[in-house]
Amino acid sequence: MKIQSRSFFDRAGVPDDLCPIATQANPMLPGDWRSLRPVVDRDKCVKCAVCWLYCPVQCVVEKPAWFDFDLATCKGCGICAEECPQRAIRMIEEGG
Amino acid sequence: MAAVAQPERRRFIVCDGNEAAALAVALARVDMVAVYPITPQSSLVEYLAKFIADGKLAAELVDVEGEHSVLSVLQGAALAGGRTYTATCGPGLAFMFEPYLRTPGLRLPIVMSIVTRDTLSPQSVWGGHQDAMAVREAGWIQMYCETVQEVLDTVVMAYRIAEDHDVMLPVNVCHDGNYLSYGSTRIELPSQEVVDEFLHAPDVNWHAALDPLHPMAIDRLTGGAGGVGPGLFVAYRKGQCAGMHNALQAITATHETWGRLTGRPHAPLIEKYRMDGAEFAIVTLGSMTGAGKDAVDAARERGVPVGLVKVKTYRPFPVQALAAALRGITAIGVVDRSVDFGWNCGPMYRDTLGALYHVASPARTQSFIGGLAGADITVEDFGRVIDTTAALARGGGASATIWLNQQG
Repeated sequence: MKIQSRSFFDRAGVPDDLCPIATQANPMLPGDWRSLRPVVDRDKCVKCAVCWLYCPVQCVVEKPAWFDFDLATCKGCGICAEECPQRAIRMIEEGG
Repeated sequence: MAAVAQPERRRFIVCDGNEAAALAVALARVDMVAVYPITPQSSLVEYLAKFIADGKLAAELVDVEGEHSVLSVLQGAALAGGRTYTATCGPGLAFMFEPYLRTPGLRLPIVMSIVTRDTLSPQSVWGGHQDAMAVREAGWIQMYCETVQEVLDTVVMAYRIAEDHDVMLPVNVCHDGNYLSYGSTRIELPSQEVVDEFLHAPDVNWHAALDPLHPMAIDRLTGGAGGVGPGLFVAYRKGQCAGMHNALQAITATHETWGRLTGRPHAPLIEKYRMDGAEFAIVTLGSMTGAGKDAVDAARERGVPVGLVKVKTYRPFPVQALAAALRGITAIGVVDRSVDFGWNCGPMYRDTLGALYHVASPARTQSFIGGLAGADITVEDFGRVIDTTAALARGGGASATIWLNQQG
């Protein structure tokens, strides 16, 4: 297939009643609307990386002796806590 | 503008409607084809696969797992800048419904043949317009073909109409399952040079693009009860209506240009057949029109003042053109190949009533439904339609919908 990527996109030349598009990135991150937050028990974590494998937003961060989370992008889904074989992750309420 | 094609350059072939549509896709130099086979469209897909394998069509063929994916793939291809095509019908069209609704909203000029087939149930694999009629309000342009030649010419023209910057809407080219899909006839094949001159290189993602260098969110959220959302939604809806409105002019201009280039003018919106001096008229859609014209010829020979109006462009409905064609006509019989459940008449009959209301026409009208599930609407059937409409013109009363080809 011939790809016809345009070298420029002239937003001003496009009527605003055609295709609904947005060209400005929304500054909100998942961490802005999370209701539960994962907390790691560093004594229990064995760095098996199961949480790292399962995290849908790839917010798991490796530390020297344990795995932790980038809370700006963590959406609080709790999959890591559910999957952790060591039961080392607990979900606690934000603002609690 | 080039002169009409010279005789020595003309090339004639024998093919059916499915091959004619596939030939048109090759002539239009389509970039991506996504397909899923379904009767009576299957051979069309096989022709496309063959043309690609033979190197006659330099397109990517995506053989997906179902029609929902067919149209989703093409949406991505169109947003990446490709010229796109698919064909489906009946249950396949039903399975395609979600992306089908989204396509006109994204203003993607995808061309899709509907090889029209009656819908289930009762079980049937034969022709009828019910599938295309079921999606007539979804926002696609819909044009119905009368002949195999018109199938080829209309698929080529569909790209110019869809990609018109004032239109930017997807187009269904409808051709009757069985009668046109498998009916073989002699047609003229336009040269590649003529089609290249007629169709520009695709410019289909100037308004929304999947472009890594300039990322954007396609189909952002609108609507809701307050704020700017509901107003945005209305703006896009009205934009679609504007595209539909502009399509009437684009379809007319495109047919005119194509007629000049090829020497084959097709009526763009409606075709008037022997309407001069007609006192009453019948209205037809699709391949049935040939039998209708024969019946009108026979009636005219007996001195019966009947004419015929064929609707080619069904969406947008040519309200003004049809109303003008039927001005002064005293009785009108509308023949549909599908059912408008609830009104219990033909859908085009209801559209015709709407058009007549615009000009406060006092004409008496009658709905006929025939050709369901592959039934042949014969010249004799049309003779009955003409006789019934003639009685109406003489002051007889209209009856409930008259079903042709009825058993018992």
